[in-house]
Order: sequence, then structure tokens, then C-alpha cells
Amino acid sequence: MGTRDCQHICGESSPAIGEAGKTGEWRDSFPVIDQEKCLPVRQNKPSCFLCWLYCPDAVISKTIPIQINMEYCKGCGVCAQICPAHAITMVNEEEFCPNGTDEGF
Amino acid sequence: MNERMARKASTWILDGNHAAAQGAKLSRVQVIAAYPITPQSPVTETLSEFVEGGGLDAEYIAVESEHSALAVCTSASMVGARTFTATSAHGLAYMHEMLHWAAGARLPVVLACVNRAIGAPWNVLNDQQDSISQRDTGWIQIYARNNQEILDSIIQAYKVAESVYVPIMVCYDGYILSHTEMPVDVPAQEDVDRFLPPYRPHTILDPANPKNYNLVTLANPRVDAEGVLCHGYMELRYLLQEALQNSRETIIKVGQEFGELFGRSYSNMFWEDRLDDAEVVIVAMGSLAMEARVAADMLREAGHKVGVLGLRVFRPFPKADVAKALKKSRLVVIFDKNISYGLEGATCSEIKSALYGSSVNVGIRNFIVGLGGRDIKARDLVDAVNKSLLSMKEGGLNKEYPDWICDI
Repeated sequence: MGTRDCQHICGESSPAIGEAGKTGEWRDSFPVIDQEKCLPVRQNKPSCFLCWLYCPDAVISKTIPIQINMEYCKGCGVCAQICPAHAITMVNEEEFCPNGTDEGF
Repeated sequence: MNERMARKASTWILDGNHAAAQGAKLSRVQVIAAYPITPQSPVTETLSEFVEGGGLDAEYIAVESEHSALAVCTSASMVGARTFTATSAHGLAYMHEMLHWAAGARLPVVLACVNRAIGAPWNVLNDQQDSISQRDTGWIQIYARNNQEILDSIIQAYKVAESVYVPIMVCYDGYILSHTEMPVDVPAQEDVDRFLPPYRPHTILDPANPKNYNLVTLANPRVDAEGVLCHGYMELRYLLQEALQNSRETIIKVGQEFGELFGRSYSNMFWEDRLDDAEVVIVAMGSLAMEARVAADMLREAGHKVGVLGLRVFRPFPKADVAKALKKSRLVVIFDKNISYGLEGATCSEIKSALYGSSVNVGIRNFIVGLGGRDIKARDLVDAVNKSLLSMKEGGLNKEYPDWICDI
């Protein structure tokens, strides 16, 4: 059982969640949201959502409150940079989860 | 007359560049992108005239560089178009990155390389350093000895490339062929259409069925979103090597089919001239392989049993065929219009590699010739062979480095 069965002769995939693998494994820091600062939560209506717009991996939901899919979040920190309310902080993965688990989210 | 044989060929007087342009036109190329460079420019000028005049139904895309020219061809090939480009020397060097992309994406682009010396210092005349420098990009390389072979090779190149999904570079010597007119049989369009079916892409970009191509591919295989185990980078590179290894059969089959239809057979990976009884074999590639035949005539008149092995397909290199063809010889004199600095001419290295482990034990002498358009006559080849025969007699044949035919 080799990879020939995929029938590809060049790099090929269908655009789908997970087509590049579980990119969350690449992360070394992750975003923590302070819901009290997040504008849609504070106003309780759809607004801002700049993090949703700017996330290069489209792993942030356009919901109240926003949710981040940690299976695919690479921890790039764009959301933390773009948030006008400074509601997102990037936290070091190892310090937060010393056992390498995602427990505690 | 063979029933399958083409009936309508007319003989035209063409230089190599016009033969290449005719070959592309007869192959019904759909997208052409090229940037002019000496001595290739007449190829692009002629093709743009064909398109502008309505004689060729293709998109001629003007670009700002050779890198862009090949980027356009790879993109167009990916959406299902038959594509053509042409370049020389620095233009080919500038395409280097995209050469890898076309081969890695397994796109059957055909490129005419009009062989020209590379700077520094500036020189616009012929040698084969440009295409030899692109040896390891994963392209099939075919060298023409005359203008007929340029036209024929381009038509065959599409059939081969679109069967094995590997791009092909058809190389011919600048000026010696590109700007020299000779009679060329130009087949009728309907006969070429019988020979060359439309391009069927192995994969196609289509908004109705969106795909990612040539995405970031990590070292190891991984399961894709559909749950199928897909190639890692190394598996894809293996498949490219496998495609080139296996392409010999297709190249020969297509060459034979071409011969059946047009009367000019390309049923071997190289040209053989009087190898049956040859004790001395001259090896050369491109137009020099024709010159070598004249040299062989002269040496035969002087009583030496000399033959010529004219290399046609340089990649994939026909190792086993070469070893077999050289089995009876005792001296092989290899002329290279290129040099792998610090070692020797590239075709000399390939021949030596072909002979390793083959039980053929033969003296080898390598001469570097014709760089930057330095004229090389049949007489020069004869002198080099005589010099090699003398060295062989005196026991000093095998040298660490090649001889150069120049005045230093």
C-alpha cells in the first residue's frame, strides 16, 4: 500500500477543511480571547469581526462569541494584531499546556 | 506506397527558426508566450505573424521576460492548452525556476532552445552551454542535427510530452541551423492532424471542480481531506524520474509512427553512422553530428574504420543503447560544445556513466570545441581523432581532463 493509489502525478488536492493536514500541530502560541473586550460581545450584535476577516486560515467563526477552531489555527497571531479592542492575546503553548495537550481551553 | 503514408508534403527552403515556427504551427499550438532574444527572435516574430495574419488560431501573449513566458505556458497548459515557447542562452537561464515548475507539475510544454553561448563575456554565437546547464530540471532534451529534424522533432515532441506528461526542450544550434537555410519537407496540416491528437491534460483547472495544484507538499505522505493517502514531495519527485526513465519507449514508438506516416523514421535515441564495423567512434550532438559524418568519410578514406554516434535524446540518456552501440569499438572520441567546469564535457560524462558496469572497455578522449561560436570544421575533428589514435598507440590516451581545441 503506497501512495500510488491517489492517482496524482503532481501536487493536487481539493479545497476542503484539512486538505493541508492538521495545521494546528504547527502552533507554538495560541490566541486567548477576553470576551469582555470583544466588540460583538460587548454590543451583543454583529459588528467588527475583523479577526474573522483577516484570519488567513479562516478558522474564526463570525458568531457571538467568536470561536476559533484550534485543530487548524496555526497560531500566527494576525487576529491579535488586528483586533481594535485588544481582546486577543497570544499565549505560549508550552507554558500554558506543559504536557503538550490542549487541555485547559 | 504505404497507405498510411502522408501524401502531401512540399519542400520549402527554410532556416531553422522558420522550421521551428512551422513545427509549432502544424502542431496547432493554442498558446504561445515568448520573449525575443538573439538568435531565437525570428521564431517568435514568425509565430506572431501567423497569429496576427489568421493562419494560426492561437493566443500570442506578449510578456516582459522569459520567466513570465514560461509562467504563462505552464498556466495555460494547466487549463488544458497546448503551449509553445522558444528562447536562447540568458533567456533560458532566466526561465530556470519555471523549468522546474513545468516539469514538477508534469505539464507537456514544448520549448525550442536555440543554442547560444552564455555570458560572461557577452557572446551571441553558438554553443550548447545554455541547454546543458538546464540538464537537471526534469525536461526531456532532444537535439536536432538539421532543420528538417527541428520541424519533425517539435511535432513529435508534443505527442511524446502529452503521453508521458513531461515537458520537452527541442534544441538546435544558433546560426549554424537557426539562420542557415536548407530544404525542409513541410508536411500537410491534415497529415499532422492524423499523427497528433488533441492535448488531453492529466489534470485541469475548472471552476466547476475546484482543485489546488502544486500546493505546499511536505516531506512525508499524508491523508488528504477525502481520506486518501497522498504523495509527499519525494514520491512526486520519484514519479518524475520514473516518467523520464520510462519515456524512452514512447520516444521510440512515436518516432517510428512518424516514420511510417512521413517517411523519416526516428526509431532510435541517437543516430548511428557506420557503427557496425567501427573501431573508432566519434560522438557529437546537434549539427556537429553532421560535421562528424564528413570527418568519418575523410578518416575512412585514410583507412581508419570510423563511425559516428550522433546523440539525439540527451535526457532521458539512453545508457543501455549507448553501451550496446559502442560494444565493438576500441576508441571513442567525444566532442562537447559545453563544459562542466572542473570536470569535462557533459556528454563525455554521460557516455562514461553508460559504459560503467557494461563490460565495454574502450579508450575515451574528450575534446571541448566550438564554444562561443568558434568554428569547428570536419578537418579539426579528423585531426583530433588522429591525435587520439596516436595517444592510444603511445599509451597516454586516458586523461583526467579534456583537451580544448583552441589557441591557448
